[in-house]
Amino acid sequence: MIKMSARTDCSAKESAAIRGGAIILALVTVSFFIMILGHNPFSVYGSMIEGAFGTVYRITETLRKSIPLIVASLGISLAFRLKFWNIGAEGQIMMGAMGATFCALTFPDLSSWLLLPMMGAASIICGGIWGAIPAYFRAKWRTNETIFTLMMNYVALKWLTYLQYGPWKDPAALGFPKIPGFSPNAVLPNVFGLHAGWIIAIVLVIIIHLFINHTQRGYEISVVGGSENTGRYAGMNVKAVIIYTIFLSGGICGLCGMIEASGVNRTLSVGITMGAGYTAIITSWLSSLKAPVIPVVCVLFAAMIQGGTFIQMAFQIPQSAAQILQGTILFFVLGSEFFVRYRVSFIKNIKAGGEK
Amino acid sequence: MVNISKSFGDVKANDNISFSVNYGEIYSLLGENGAGKSTLVNMLSGIYTPDSGDIYVHGERLRLASPADSISSGIGMIHQHFKLINVMTAMENIAIGQEHGFLFRKKKVKDKIEDICSRYGFRLEPEKLVRDMSVGEKQTVEILKVLYRGADILILDEPTAVLTPQETERLFDILLRMKEQGCAIIIITHKLHEVMEISDRVSVLRRGEIAGTVNTQETSPMELTSMMVGKKVTLSIERPPVKSDDIMLEVRDLSLIDRDSIKKLDRVSFSVRAGEILGVAGVAGSGQKELCESIQGLERRKRGGILFKGENISHLTPRAIFEKGLRISFIPEDRLGMGLVPTMDLVDNVILKDYYLQKGIFLDREPARQRAEHIVKMLNVHTPSIYHPVNKLSGGNIQKVLLGREIDSAPDFLVTAYPTRGLDIGSAHLIYDELNRQKERGVGILYVGEDLNILLSLCDRIMVMFEGRIIGTVDAATATKEELGLMMLGEVTGGVNSND
Repeated sequence: MIKMSARTDCSAKESAAIRGGAIILALVTVSFFIMILGHNPFSVYGSMIEGAFGTVYRITETLRKSIPLIVASLGISLAFRLKFWNIGAEGQIMMGAMGATFCALTFPDLSSWLLLPMMGAASIICGGIWGAIPAYFRAKWRTNETIFTLMMNYVALKWLTYLQYGPWKDPAALGFPKIPGFSPNAVLPNVFGLHAGWIIAIVLVIIIHLFINHTQRGYEISVVGGSENTGRYAGMNVKAVIIYTIFLSGGICGLCGMIEASGVNRTLSVGITMGAGYTAIITSWLSSLKAPVIPVVCVLFAAMIQGGTFIQMAFQIPQSAAQILQGTILFFVLGSEFFVRYRVSFIKNIKAGGEK
Repeated sequence: MVNISKSFGDVKANDNISFSVNYGEIYSLLGENGAGKSTLVNMLSGIYTPDSGDIYVHGERLRLASPADSISSGIGMIHQHFKLINVMTAMENIAIGQEHGFLFRKKKVKDKIEDICSRYGFRLEPEKLVRDMSVGEKQTVEILKVLYRGADILILDEPTAVLTPQETERLFDILLRMKEQGCAIIIITHKLHEVMEISDRVSVLRRGEIAGTVNTQETSPMELTSMMVGKKVTLSIERPPVKSDDIMLEVRDLSLIDRDSIKKLDRVSFSVRAGEILGVAGVAGSGQKELCESIQGLERRKRGGILFKGENISHLTPRAIFEKGLRISFIPEDRLGMGLVPTMDLVDNVILKDYYLQKGIFLDREPARQRAEHIVKMLNVHTPSIYHPVNKLSGGNIQKVLLGREIDSAPDFLVTAYPTRGLDIGSAHLIYDELNRQKERGVGILYVGEDLNILLSLCDRIMVMFEGRIIGTVDAATATKEELGLMMLGEVTGGVNSND
């Protein structure tokens, strides 16, 4: 018989060992798969690392992929601290990107110094409102935020599709449904070979860390997240805390949309998020919602994606096979969380039950 | 049970425990909270499996891997928190999971229930919905449920915790009947006088080990207490006289209708003097919680007046009351769900009520750190450090942190709801002493309690609530438990209304 019991005594060392073990197990499992495909697992893994970090260009690519994950994870971590299960980052990113694009298309000739902050502010407001709507209903009528935020994603996607195929369609594209490219004024400048989004990401990590741990507002979020009733008991305006925290959470995700639209795509399209809103749920959870840990996890995650893309070309492995590799690693790492929280022991079954 | 051991993580909940119960015997397991009583009986009922040791029933060695195994061996567990389905009738609850046919053969089930009832002297309406039942009736259903399944070994976990004295007496009558019929009965409790009254033998558990097994007739409450705590303790509670005649808090015609249009409070009026402890007795759910939350400002739907030092505060929020400089401390029933943030450490919990008074947007934890250290020292809180999450502390220490924070704010008035629920005798007396110290400082105290003995010896006056109304107020020095018990059931008898 298998017996599971909760453990509270898991030290940092033990949990690191469990997680590390999970990654090794995942690699071993995938090795068999790679061998079936007729490749040497060691060289495939080697190339993955090389593909992610091998050259300056590859490192830049990896980091470029990690930026949206970092920013969105930071936003999501705020909501999760409140135990508000915000699955709506995807939609909030799109709304933020839409707000930024509106400014970029309306004022293409404005100086960068004015236009970029304006786009940033618009993205925060749009993403924030997209988050605050479900937060309001949750605070006021206790609706289920998971379903609500998820539905909001589809609404945002349909808005974006409508704009791309309708009002914002580029007349110069000969009927091809695309939104016009941004003017150079609306593009984030490159700093050390990577768009300035990385600076925003680092600054945000520091701000969120300080906000949560060293401000009164941050403390309120932790209290309400720990127990809403205790927040009420202490005299906090619990509803307001929920609404403004989720506004911030959605706002940061919205900013992520602006960074992607302005820094990477230089336009807006329905594929703007690349699924970052969903992936960031995983990364922010794996970082235990701790701001300083988020960049580390996100860069590793981006490396896995980047390395996976590289081995497709290097070994002619189909894309789906590379995704199986990613999926397996993820499965093992997430699965290992169970062993961090529970101890599993085996008991020999001598005799079940008894006769009367 | 022979040489039973069970550990959770590094904690040894039960260490090498052996005991036996005979048929036709009532056997008590006595011990403080965390002594391992519940763990022990959960192994008997198949919820946990022991790490080592053996269980014998009728002389046969058993491995109880699940509650189903346990039931088929004739062991029936009556949990402290009832496991009944509210929207079903008594009969359906009793027969649930037992009737394997396609159709529910009502007649047969009913006959069997009536047969059991007449054998042991139960009174029950089989068609009554559980949600319409009193606590005592629910417990009857729980007991019938295990008897229906053919149990002849009954385990009752804190069976009297929620009962009035009269209901307790009825329960004891039934238990004695069952004993005569040859059942083996195990009662888990921490109430000494019940052990003395009903059981034949008693084992005292301390820190997961058996501290001793004695025949009830050959022991005394004092001896049992020393065995429980491991040292001699005084069981007396002092009651310093009330010195002042100044009215601290006056409640006038307070009514409250909740979201489901149910009257939770019905024109409640009373007053508390400075340096007085006013006890509130009543069956659980008689409006005590609503009363406490109304006074503290948490309940917004109320009508009526609450005058604190002559000032009407009935319309104010907790923070508005605080900002007026009126210090009302509230120790809620649900410590971890309301009084404290379970996942936070002591420092963050100490700062809970006044963090927002700091200037600027930042939060300085230094003053809170000092206060947390002060509280740890003052009330002797056992914690690895002040940076330890409070939900990892034991119940008594959690309560000390909460009480410490509330007292540290130098309150004028203290509302406490079941402040010693779940605490061992040692910690409970520490809390009573602290309440008395506050009383001598001139603090008015509203004490909502459930143990009538404690209410009678700690409080100055006791107010009895029933269905949101005040049935009467008695002088604690002269009132009796029986009198209070009748009032708790809604019978207005000798209740002398001694409102000033």
